[in-house]
Amino acid sequence: MSIHAKQAEGPLGKERVFKRDPDLPLSEDIRDLVFELEAEGEWIVQRVPEPYVEVPRKDGRAKKVPLQHTWHHKSCGQCGHIPGYSTAIFWLHRKLGLEYDDPKDQTSCTGWNYYASATSNAAAQAAVAVRNFAAAYVTGFFPLIHCGTSYGHYKEVREELVKHPELRAQVREIMAKLGKPLVMPEEIVHYSEWVYAVRHEIAARKVYDCREIVVTVHPACHYYKLVQGDAIYDPDIYGGQRTAVVTAVAKALGAQVKDYSTWFDCCGFGFRHILVQRDFTRSFAVNRKIETMLEEAKPDVVLTHDTGCVTTLDKSQFAAQVHNKKVGVPVMSEAQFAALAMGAHPYRVCQLHWHAADYRPLLEKMGIDWKEKWQEFEEDLERIRRGEKDYLTWEDVDAEIPARHFLQVS
Amino acid sequence: MALHAPPKLERYADIPYEEKERLFQEVKADPRFPDYLYGCYECGICVAACPSARFYDFSPRKIAQTLAREDVELFFYQLNEDVWNCSQCFSCNRCPRGNSPGGLITIMREVAVRNGLRSAKEALEGYSRVIYKIMATGTQVSPDMIQADAFPDWGPVAKETADNLELWRKALPPETMHTTSTAWEVSEQTLTELYLIWHMTGVMDMIKEVDEGLHMILLDVMEELLEERGYALAE
Repeated sequence: MSIHAKQAEGPLGKERVFKRDPDLPLSEDIRDLVFELEAEGEWIVQRVPEPYVEVPRKDGRAKKVPLQHTWHHKSCGQCGHIPGYSTAIFWLHRKLGLEYDDPKDQTSCTGWNYYASATSNAAAQAAVAVRNFAAAYVTGFFPLIHCGTSYGHYKEVREELVKHPELRAQVREIMAKLGKPLVMPEEIVHYSEWVYAVRHEIAARKVYDCREIVVTVHPACHYYKLVQGDAIYDPDIYGGQRTAVVTAVAKALGAQVKDYSTWFDCCGFGFRHILVQRDFTRSFAVNRKIETMLEEAKPDVVLTHDTGCVTTLDKSQFAAQVHNKKVGVPVMSEAQFAALAMGAHPYRVCQLHWHAADYRPLLEKMGIDWKEKWQEFEEDLERIRRGEKDYLTWEDVDAEIPARHFLQVS
Repeated sequence: MALHAPPKLERYADIPYEEKERLFQEVKADPRFPDYLYGCYECGICVAACPSARFYDFSPRKIAQTLAREDVELFFYQLNEDVWNCSQCFSCNRCPRGNSPGGLITIMREVAVRNGLRSAKEALEGYSRVIYKIMATGTQVSPDMIQADAFPDWGPVAKETADNLELWRKALPPETMHTTSTAWEVSEQTLTELYLIWHMTGVMDMIKEVDEGLHMILLDVMEELLEERGYALAE
């Protein structure tokens, strides 16, 4: 499939037309090789379940994004340190009436540690990946990957397994010892691709007006730089010149997405640096990203789509105040922002009290009474404290939804 | 007048050339190496895109050039002095030649760890608890890592989170996330399989090279679960 580019507003605000040369051969499609290996009996390919949405990729092909029956490959940084990120993704599924699985038979991809310390190797990383894929396969649900690094790393692993038969043989032997089949999903899908795919359904259910909200977007490096061909690029967003995820969601919600000059820069996470060399992380995040955004775009919120980026851009702002740096903008995932716009509770669902930069001015601008919501959440906490409830449950949160609107799928 | 090696390289003058060459060949022998290096146009696009180059005396271009030219002395210097500055963001994959300097650095780091280089041990000082967490529990970061003294630069939220941790975790709707020492609840069978992967792929040997104490702790933790589940580890 080729993308038919049409007139769109380019990154510099000019009307530009970009059209793929129909005679230009497309680069190799790794999915063809994945299916060839299945035909040769090398592994099982888990198909994207229907119904799915076809979305445009950078390389001009289409990518299948499943709507439901997804196996949620959670992110350790999200669940551990910014839990409203994961909870918002689940909440969006529930609000749209889409089935999902939140498994315990899942490990982290271990990519964060690999990029930080190199205390692993290609075989171990591939084995961890396909162990998780096999765990998803036996449930019948399709992997939806929450973390940008897991997503990029698993695509790296897929390329290595396809290209190197000796690695495949080694990993197959390991999986046999674990009593598991060697499985490769038909597509490697990031949650932000799913949010992109359902953005109009989300926008149709928004309860807060986002037109006055100025957004800057930080595209996550491991989403679109690590393995590039199958990241989503949409001719209607930035003229197809940058990845469309996140921006397309903010635009669908009616927010004002503003550009800034250092959009391509990394956030400064650095994997090991964010944990033990934070002088680098803080400096880069503030000097190259937050300060530039505030000077050039004055955003009400920074939206991004990866674990490390939310952590870095949010948590790096506090210490920079002593250097009189321009800081003070909330940072969250587009999933949290979309959930807020749809009426999700800022504390029960989006868990914004885990965030460092002040998010309250954003909530006020959106028309959300954060004081009332915090009071409600404090009452939840008090009930748990008194032993009247063991946990806050999905039933408690779902009860807030006045009428479930089910996504029409065919 | 005698010729001298540049001062930076002199730091490693006492290491035999053969040893430097051996490590270089180990990097070159990695099956991913030919996928990551195709030469170098010397355009500097990778440096312009690199966050670490803005902060450190670090250049992804020099890494690619050194490996392409097979400059063993400079390679050894970079193996010890440069590779741990990389952010592994892969912005350098923008290379018009198709190189991945970040990927080359991943391989170099692996070789540094596998061979127990002192520079690798120094780079990973203070990071061992994170390696322990991911290898022993299956999730890399945990809620209980957030402590005011560990993250003072994160502001008051670190202390507030630490003070309310158990309660706040109970106030999360997903039932898999009521944990404090792991990011989510990982089943014992899953963990058993992860431990077997670490053993079968030689990762435990890598840990032994870089941190013997950590290796012993991990072995103890893993042996207990593996024995419970009917697996005996060979010596």
